[in-house]
Amino acid sequence: MTLGTRAGLEMGKATRDAFGRALQEIGASNDKIIVVDGDVANSTRAEWFGKDNPERFFNVGIAESNLIGVAAGLAACGKVPVAASFAAFLLCNAYDQIRMSIAFPKMNVKLVGSHAGISIGEDGPSQMGIEDVSLACSLPGMVVMVPADEQSTRKATQQMIEHVGPTYLRVGRGDVPAVYDENVDFQIGKAITVRDGGDVTLIANGLMVSAALDAAEELAADGISARVLDMHTVKPIDQAAITSAATETKGIVVAEEHLHNGGLGSVVASTVTSTVPCKMAFVDLDDKFAYSGDGDALLQEFGLTGEKIAEEARKIVQG
Amino acid sequence: MTGNQNATDFDQLTELAKSLRKDVLIMTSEAGSGHPTSSMSAVEVMTSLYFGGIMRYDASNPSKPDRDRFILSKGHASPILYAVLAEAGYIKKDQLNTLRKIDSPLEGHPNMLRVPGVEASTGSLGQGLSMGLGHALNAKLDKLDYNVYVMMGDGEIQQGQVWEAAMAAANFNASNLVAIVDLNGYQQTGPVSSVTNPAAYAEKWKAFGWNTVEVDGHDIKATHQALVDATAYSDGPSAIIAHTKKGKGVSFLEADFSWHGRGVPKDRLEEALEEIG
Repeated sequence: MTLGTRAGLEMGKATRDAFGRALQEIGASNDKIIVVDGDVANSTRAEWFGKDNPERFFNVGIAESNLIGVAAGLAACGKVPVAASFAAFLLCNAYDQIRMSIAFPKMNVKLVGSHAGISIGEDGPSQMGIEDVSLACSLPGMVVMVPADEQSTRKATQQMIEHVGPTYLRVGRGDVPAVYDENVDFQIGKAITVRDGGDVTLIANGLMVSAALDAAEELAADGISARVLDMHTVKPIDQAAITSAATETKGIVVAEEHLHNGGLGSVVASTVTSTVPCKMAFVDLDDKFAYSGDGDALLQEFGLTGEKIAEEARKIVQG
Repeated sequence: MTGNQNATDFDQLTELAKSLRKDVLIMTSEAGSGHPTSSMSAVEVMTSLYFGGIMRYDASNPSKPDRDRFILSKGHASPILYAVLAEAGYIKKDQLNTLRKIDSPLEGHPNMLRVPGVEASTGSLGQGLSMGLGHALNAKLDKLDYNVYVMMGDGEIQQGQVWEAAMAAANFNASNLVAIVDLNGYQQTGPVSSVTNPAAYAEKWKAFGWNTVEVDGHDIKATHQALVDATAYSDGPSAIIAHTKKGKGVSFLEADFSWHGRGVPKDRLEEALEEIG
């Protein structure tokens, strides 16, 4: 993983590992938590909870639609079901079930999609969740979180359980740079200013927070001061952080490991347009599926890098 | 009204079935739309369930943890569910004629957040059995003794999710789960037999590991007995294939499947009600 190198970040654990560990810890003292698995618990790390609590762990088989329905039924009885699978399978295969069995009746189900983004690499596009954030954000009442690293994912998992209502948590497969220590102040709906700056704002989530920090470092060498916002919650979006950025800096670059339409970029642009219009640029997967290959190399090929973010930021600053 | 109180009086249930059928006709006629015929095929099974002492419920406490649950997975048959919930005391009878109106909680398809006694928001076919399985598993987790009944349509079970749930329920040995297939023979554009083979339904459920019986879904005693037996079965989930007629009770509705999404026009309502008697 080359992301985060320029910013001097140390490598940390994968966000799926952080989710799995946090769920295991919370699950030990909260017997309302039930895991519903679609036969991928070893991949999502939900099996760590399952091994401790076999009576509260249901593997419904490779059947995401049924997985969602079972979770909805348990939630209707007051349980707090965690429905975990690959982001691509959960959101895409079971979308109508998420819509009608969970979002519409406001069921307190915790959706967790792992293996998000193209950085999963070799397994290829069928396994890469690249539209999950857009799909989740489209559903009324859904809270959507894309944490950047191990420590913020731990907090996101805790808050997901505490939040009453449907949530979607996106996590990734590979180890990622550690952006935060255990004292990170993570709150649903509140962006984290990872680095302050006055010339331009870089808004990112997930893995791209590390890339944005690389970009900020590169820009600093050019005398450009970049603010980096970790917009870990895409919905509800932190409107105040965005309007401050639009007011106080020359423009905003949004970076995400996701398709262009409907993701973080769309949500930030919609906020900017309806509040304080400013220049914007987008670093994302545009409108393309990826392919198999080394994950790090794919990120380079698709321009999901600090260099690309810095390039877009320079254009905004230089106007 | 609370279920499971009195010895079964089949004459009374037969009269009640007539009355519920009339409720369906009147409310959908008043609404000018809805699915009267899909509701009328389900009347005897639902009458037996709610008023024949099968289900234990307390309309004054709709979220009682150990209540029996009924999920209408074929959500378009909401008129019969509303009629039953009114008879059972969950909602007021004079609400029935507000069906599908903008200020009424009685929406075209059931909304669990707006109507007490509605256990699941349905309407997108194929989802109810999975939710029912979630409820059934909860009983085991909380060591509660309740049963979950899920009614599906024969067209509905073309949805793959139904069979995902069927496989999982058998695997989890969900003996407190009862599936009812209202085999009325028609789906929106024509006979079910033009799309799948209804004759093989029982074999399918058996093959998926369900204790399965077929029954005349308009014979009140037979439906009652099937429900008693399915409820008592303790070695896995049970399925009841109820052979019914779409639009049962009114000959001009039985004769023409194109009534699927229409209410009886007001000028033919009296004729329909008279035939039910």
